[in-house]
Amino acid sequence: MNEQLASFPQTMTCCASFATRILWLVPAVPIVAAGIISVLKQPKRKTSAALAIGSLAIALAIALLAFGHVVSGWLSGATVRETVNFTWLQFGTTQVELGWVLDPLAAVMLVMVSFVGLLIFIYSTGYMAHDENYTRFFCFLSLFAGAMLGVVIANSLLLLFMCWELVGLTSYLLIGFWYRKPSAAAAAKKAFLTTRVGDVFFLLGIVWLFAQTGTLLFYNNGAGSMEHGALAVLLAQPAALGLTAAGAIGLLIFAGAAGKSGQFPLHVWLPDAMEGPTPVSALIHAATMVAAGVYLIARVYPLMQAGSLAGGTTTALTVVTWVGAFTAVFAALIAVAQNDIKRILAYSTVSQLGYMMAGLGMGGVAVGMFHLITHAFFKALLFMGAGSVIHGCHEEQDIRKMGGLKADMPLTFLTYSIGMLALCGFPLFFSGFWSKDGILEAAQHWSVARAPFYMLAFGALLTAFYMTRQVAYVFFGHWRGSKPAHESPVAMTLPLAILAFFAMFLGVLGTPAWPWFRAFLDGHAAPFELHGFAEPGLLLLMLTSSAIVLLGLGLGWTIYGGKSPKVTEPDAIEKAAPWLWAILRDRFYVDEFYAATVIAFYYWWARVADFFDRRVWGGAVLAVTSIFSLWARFSRFLDNDWVNGGFDKTCEELATGGGLLARVQSGRVQGYLRILALAVVALAAILVWSSRP
Amino acid sequence: MTPLTAHLLVAALLFAIGLAGALTRRNAILVLIGIELMLNAANLNFIAFWRYSPHPEALTGMMFAIFSIAVAAAEAAVGLGLVIAIHRQLHTTDLDHMNRMKG
Amino acid sequence: MSPVFYLVAALTLGGALTAVVLKNTVHCALALTAAFAGLALLFLGLDAQFAGFAQILVYIGAVAILVVFAILLTRGSETPQGSVYSRYSISGLVAAAAVFAVLGWAVLQSAHMLPNEQAVPMADVHDIGVALMGRYVLPLEILAVLLTAATIGAVIVALHEKEDAK
Repeated sequence: MNEQLASFPQTMTCCASFATRILWLVPAVPIVAAGIISVLKQPKRKTSAALAIGSLAIALAIALLAFGHVVSGWLSGATVRETVNFTWLQFGTTQVELGWVLDPLAAVMLVMVSFVGLLIFIYSTGYMAHDENYTRFFCFLSLFAGAMLGVVIANSLLLLFMCWELVGLTSYLLIGFWYRKPSAAAAAKKAFLTTRVGDVFFLLGIVWLFAQTGTLLFYNNGAGSMEHGALAVLLAQPAALGLTAAGAIGLLIFAGAAGKSGQFPLHVWLPDAMEGPTPVSALIHAATMVAAGVYLIARVYPLMQAGSLAGGTTTALTVVTWVGAFTAVFAALIAVAQNDIKRILAYSTVSQLGYMMAGLGMGGVAVGMFHLITHAFFKALLFMGAGSVIHGCHEEQDIRKMGGLKADMPLTFLTYSIGMLALCGFPLFFSGFWSKDGILEAAQHWSVARAPFYMLAFGALLTAFYMTRQVAYVFFGHWRGSKPAHESPVAMTLPLAILAFFAMFLGVLGTPAWPWFRAFLDGHAAPFELHGFAEPGLLLLMLTSSAIVLLGLGLGWTIYGGKSPKVTEPDAIEKAAPWLWAILRDRFYVDEFYAATVIAFYYWWARVADFFDRRVWGGAVLAVTSIFSLWARFSRFLDNDWVNGGFDKTCEELATGGGLLARVQSGRVQGYLRILALAVVALAAILVWSSRP
Repeated sequence: MTPLTAHLLVAALLFAIGLAGALTRRNAILVLIGIELMLNAANLNFIAFWRYSPHPEALTGMMFAIFSIAVAAAEAAVGLGLVIAIHRQLHTTDLDHMNRMKG
Repeated sequence: MSPVFYLVAALTLGGALTAVVLKNTVHCALALTAAFAGLALLFLGLDAQFAGFAQILVYIGAVAILVVFAILLTRGSETPQGSVYSRYSISGLVAAAAVFAVLGWAVLQSAHMLPNEQAVPMADVHDIGVALMGRYVLPLEILAVLLTAATIGAVIVALHEKEDAK
């Protein structure tokens, strides 16, 4: 990839154009809209919805403008990478800089996020129409959109981290939107805490990177951390376990991405996050937030890739690949045994994120990102379709209580099927086929091992299988619910139709005949060459993956097609192998494992801390205060009894003495006279005595 | 014993009697009587010394005695007026009860 | 010393003693008068005629009468119940005795130094008048002021009481 970049002479990492200079508006406008909505006097449904949708429409417009600018740059043969950086803090000689960047990666992500977000916003006006907290919903949605767009355009790891945290916060707020439900509140907390674990490692990586390279900017005219100078510094530093600093930092950042993108073992929050409203699930947990982890790896790809020899790979990327491949299979297995329509889709999302990570690890930025973009569209479509189904079935979410909706909700059925086939990777006309094939091709040519290829292929089989099961239960067979179902309003079905269109035709951008996506991201020309199909092994791979998909579909239809077992009846697989079913249904007991170890330890630690706080520190404080209170009591005793008492006694004595002395003044004249007489006698005696001769 | 000495002794005894009366009697008027006696004793002293002095034509002693008599009269008037005034206030002339100046 | 002297001295001292000893205040006043009379006689015996007659006029004629009036106005004519002597009369007697002792001792001590002219002085009224208007005119005037003040004072003291009683 670096060689391909080097072969292309003109790379502009400077001179911000108009599009780049106004790029900061893209996240700012939705955040401002959220702020305005939050201070409106409630409820103002139309105003808040209008503000949110309007702000995201403006963001989309600017994103399209930026995209057009980058495309025009690409067409004229120059890779656009424009940055706007500014100093935020300065302490001593160290500077902390923030900034935003416009390059092909950011441009495609911006358009995808704002477009899908806009559709989901419009969808929400229909879905949440009966909810009493309508305005609060749109406030949080706007805030989320702004934060996610901030993550996309960030040129500084610090700015990215800040928006990352904001995304996590809004995810918490939105998962726990119906906060009075205890399960929703618990799910929100679980999501926040689990991603927090990843974020701790992410932060460590950021700090280490800053310490080693002195900058957190990605691109800064050669001085950025993703550019040659900084990477060379990092490669020179050895870390533990035979890694360089670059590899170690890459792994730490991947830990953060694994938390946000639900890779094993930090995947436990994603299925529980389905407690939030369906538009939230569609936007956050399908298209955008979970994709933020993948986007992060794509952003720091130069770091992950640093030090690899031609054709080889680095430790960091190897770890990414294995984790991704494992997660893909692991989640697909669990999805087979779930009965909640949204939970199946949640595990499917986890599985597809594993695909994306594996694609990044084995094939590079373009491979992983292409699957991310296509997945965003069809997963959002699937979630919104599920929301339409739930809405039509009067808030029922168990697929065993649905059925036969093909006739009652035809539009939903049609769009949902398109999404399902795209997810399975049905050949040729569905975008998922092309993006998944890109990953499988990269896996086939991976230099380290072959196992990921087989794992991913098995995962594709499972994907087709469980999606067929879901569609059979929901749309085929006969209705098993209590009340009859109805189609959803236009506000909900129109976005479905738009997304279905993209789910089908977005694949065009990534076929081997016209690898536009890869060319765009990597910065070289993309001619339309039909003989691109003629690459060795490519046709065989396409046939193999088609066969896998059809096999999965067939298996699923055989076991589940047309049948509609009641809730009380066991599933077909469950009848055959109950032990297998139990493990899959209970999610391989990962949650229980965490509860027994991590959470148990946490509660124990909390008790220890409480004991310490109450007894030890509290006791110390008590001891000190008791010293003071004793001293105070002693002082009071001294003051009252000795000082006061002594003083009082003295005054008493003085009064008594005065009383005694006052007796001289008897008021009786004759007494005074007597004294006078005696005094005269005395004086006279003295006189006479002294005058004797 | 010269006449002068005799007179002086008489005056001294008279003075002592007057002082005893002033100091021992309860009635305020009797205290004033004692005071008068003391004054008279002093007068007697003056006259006695004048009579037997070497220059009686200077009339010093005589003048003194006369003035003393006049002053005594005035003093008796004021004093008795005071006693009457006190009697009006306290309805008694008993000196033991007149201790309003007490301490 | 002629026996007249002893008689008169006895009269004076007896009168004085009686005056301070008797219970009845009026009797005391009368005894006082007798003492005054004795003193006047003593003055006359000392060839101080003017002083003697002034004594009679002023003391007996005014002061004694004043005393009687005072006794009258303060109900002193009633015989008092209980003792007429104050509680601490012993100390008073002791004081008086001490005074007499000292004075007597002083007199006897200096008896040999005292003058003893036997010539009878000439002190007639004319000489006294001349002296009053000549050498002693200032004391005379002051005495006049004193008498006026005393009169006014006595009147005021008595007057206020009258007004308060009203």
